[in-house]
Amino acid sequence: MKSFYGFIRKEFLHIFRDPRTLLILFGMPIAQIMIFGYVVTNEIKDIPIAILDHSKDQATREISNKLISSGYFKLVMNLTSLKEVEPAMKKGNVKEVIVFEPDFRKKMESGLPGSVQIIADASDPNTANLIVNYTFGIMQDYMAQYQQGKPNTIVPEVRMIYNEGLKGVYMFVPGTMALILMLISAMMTSISISREKELGTMEVLMVSPIKPFQIVVGKVIPYIGLSFINAVVIIVLGFFVFGLPVKGSLIILLLESLLFISLALSLGILISTVSNSQMVAMFISLLGLMLPTILLSGFIYPIENMPVVLQWISNLMPPKWFIIVVKNIMIKGEGWQFIWKETLIMMGMTAFFLLVAIRKFKIRLE
Amino acid sequence: MIRIDNISKSYGYRLALDSVSIHVDENEIFGLIGPDGAGKTSLFRILCSLILPDSGNAKIRNLDVVTDYREVRKIIGYMPGRFSLYQDLTVEENLEFFATVFGTSIKENYELIKDIYEHIEPFKNRKAGKLSGGMKQKLALSCALIHRPAVLILDEPTTGVDAVSRKEFWEMLSRIREEGITVIVSTPYMDEAQLCDRVGLLQNGELLTINTPEGIIQAYPKDILSIQSDNLYNVLMDLRDYPLAHSSLLFGHEVHYTEKGENIDQHQLKEYLNKKGHYNVEMNLLKPGIEDSFLELMKE
Repeated sequence: MKSFYGFIRKEFLHIFRDPRTLLILFGMPIAQIMIFGYVVTNEIKDIPIAILDHSKDQATREISNKLISSGYFKLVMNLTSLKEVEPAMKKGNVKEVIVFEPDFRKKMESGLPGSVQIIADASDPNTANLIVNYTFGIMQDYMAQYQQGKPNTIVPEVRMIYNEGLKGVYMFVPGTMALILMLISAMMTSISISREKELGTMEVLMVSPIKPFQIVVGKVIPYIGLSFINAVVIIVLGFFVFGLPVKGSLIILLLESLLFISLALSLGILISTVSNSQMVAMFISLLGLMLPTILLSGFIYPIENMPVVLQWISNLMPPKWFIIVVKNIMIKGEGWQFIWKETLIMMGMTAFFLLVAIRKFKIRLE
Repeated sequence: MIRIDNISKSYGYRLALDSVSIHVDENEIFGLIGPDGAGKTSLFRILCSLILPDSGNAKIRNLDVVTDYREVRKIIGYMPGRFSLYQDLTVEENLEFFATVFGTSIKENYELIKDIYEHIEPFKNRKAGKLSGGMKQKLALSCALIHRPAVLILDEPTTGVDAVSRKEFWEMLSRIREEGITVIVSTPYMDEAQLCDRVGLLQNGELLTINTPEGIIQAYPKDILSIQSDNLYNVLMDLRDYPLAHSSLLFGHEVHYTEKGENIDQHQLKEYLNKKGHYNVEMNLLKPGIEDSFLELMKE
C-alpha cells in the first residue's frame, strides 16, 4: 500500500512539474468555454442589414423599426435602388437586404398582399436561414398586430421552453463539459502511461513488485481529481459568466460527471494498451475521441438531422449520453427517473472498457 | 543460482537466441559479451520475465521466470539499457520512488548504495534529466540496488559512459558482489570481459564460448604475432594477400597476425614483406589477450 501511495505522489510530481500538462489541464477548459461562449456562436445578434424602401410609408417604417429594435439586427445602410444591393453585400458586410415594394401600406389597407423581398447572404447557409426566419417572424408579428380584431386570422403563440432566450450556452456548456472531460481524462492518462513505455521506465516498473492494476489505478487517480475540478470550474463559469443555472440537483450532476470521467479514463487506459509512444496515444485520443465528440455526440450538429447510419453510430459515442444527462439535469431540472437509462448505458460502457483494458494490459513487454 | 537452459527466441523469421544455456553461480560477476544485435538484451529480458522464450527455460534460485514471474520480480534488480529514470524528477525523488515501489526506504538499505550514491548526493536536488551520462548511470544503479536484490541484471550499463566512469563502475560491481549479490552484466566492450569472473560470448544469438577470462585466453590455439611498421596500412593490405595468413587485424598501432598453421614461420613472412617493399618491419611474438580470443572465436 505504501508503494502505491509513492506511485501516486510521483504522478502528481509529473503533472505539477510539466508546464504544458498544467496548461492543458487548467488553461484549456477556461479557454474552450470562453471560445465557445463568445466566438463560436450561432446566436443571432446585431446582424448588419440594409433596407431598400420604395414606399417609405408608415407600415414600412414601423416594420423597419421593429426589426432594428429587436436586437437581432443592426441597420448599416439605407439603399435607394436595387443596383446597390450587390455592392452593399460585397463591400459593406451586409448579411441581409430587405426590399419593400412601392405603395406597401396602400396595398395592405386595400386587402392586397404587400410584397417584401428578403435577400440574404447564403455563403453561410445556416446563418442565412436563421436570419431569414427571424426577419420573417418579426414581420408576421407586425402583421398579426395590424390585423388584430379582424376575423379569419390565425395567430399562433409560440413559446420556447427550457431555453426561452434561445441562448447558445444551454447547448455549448454541456457539450464543452463532455469534450473537456473526455479530452483531459482520456488523452492525459493515455499519454502518461505510454510515456513510461516510451522512456523505458515501464520496463523497470514491470520488474518490480508493484502490480499492473496498481500502476493503472495510480496513473488514473490524479486525473480523476483534476478532471473533477475541471467539471466544477466549467459549471461555475457557466453560471457566473453565462448565467446558466443548474436547475436540477447539483449532487446528481457532479456524480454523473464523475461517472463520465471514469468512462473517459477507462478509454484512456484502453488507448494506452495499444500505443507505445506518446505521439500515437495523442493521435488516437484526438482523432478517435475528440472528433467524434464534436461531430457525432449532438454537441454541434443535431443528431436528428444526421443520416440514419450516423445516428446509429452516435449511440456508441459516450459523450452523447453524458450531454443528454447534463442537459436534462442543468436545463430541465430533472431527476433520476429521467436519466437512469443514460446512466446505465455509461456504466455499462465504463465496465466494458475497463474489462478490455485490464485484459489487454500486459504483464510483459510483448 | 541462475540456470538458463536451451533458451531460444525469434522475432518473426529472425532468430534472436539459438538454444542458449548459461549457468551462473551464486556471488559471481558474469559478463555477457557480444556486438550489438547479438541477443544480449533479449536474453536479459527473458531472465527478467519481461518477454517469453519460445523454448527452453530459465530459473533464478529455482524460480521459473515464466511461471513464477511474480516471485522472480521480487528478488531481481534490473537496469535496462537506456537508464530508466524519470527525467523530470530529482535525483533524490527518483531514488525515493524506486525505494517505495519496492516496499523499502532509502534509509533501510543506505549502506548498500552508499559508495555509489555518495558520488551523486551533492546533486540530489538536480533533475535526473540534467545529469551527465556517468551520473545517470550511478543513479540508475542505485535505483536498481535500493531493495537489495539477490541478483542484479545490468544491460549494457557502460554504453555511452566515459572511460573514468566505466572504471569506477566496475569497481562498484566488485563491491556489490562482496555484499553477496550475484551480478549479470552485458557489454559490447571486449576489454571489460577481464573484469568478470566468467564470461559468455554471444554472437547472432549463439553462445560461442563460456569460461573464465583466463580460460578463454588459454584456449587460444595459435601463435600470435605483433607487427609494427611505419607504413602499417599497406603492410596490413599485403598481409591479407599472403597465402598462409589466417587473420590480420589492426589493434591500435600494430597488426595482430596469425597463420593457418599453429606456428608462424617468421623468416618466410619477412621475406614476403621485403618482396613487397616493406623493410622497416618489427615483429614480436605475443601473449594473446581476451580480445584476440574473442575475435578468433567470432571468426570461426
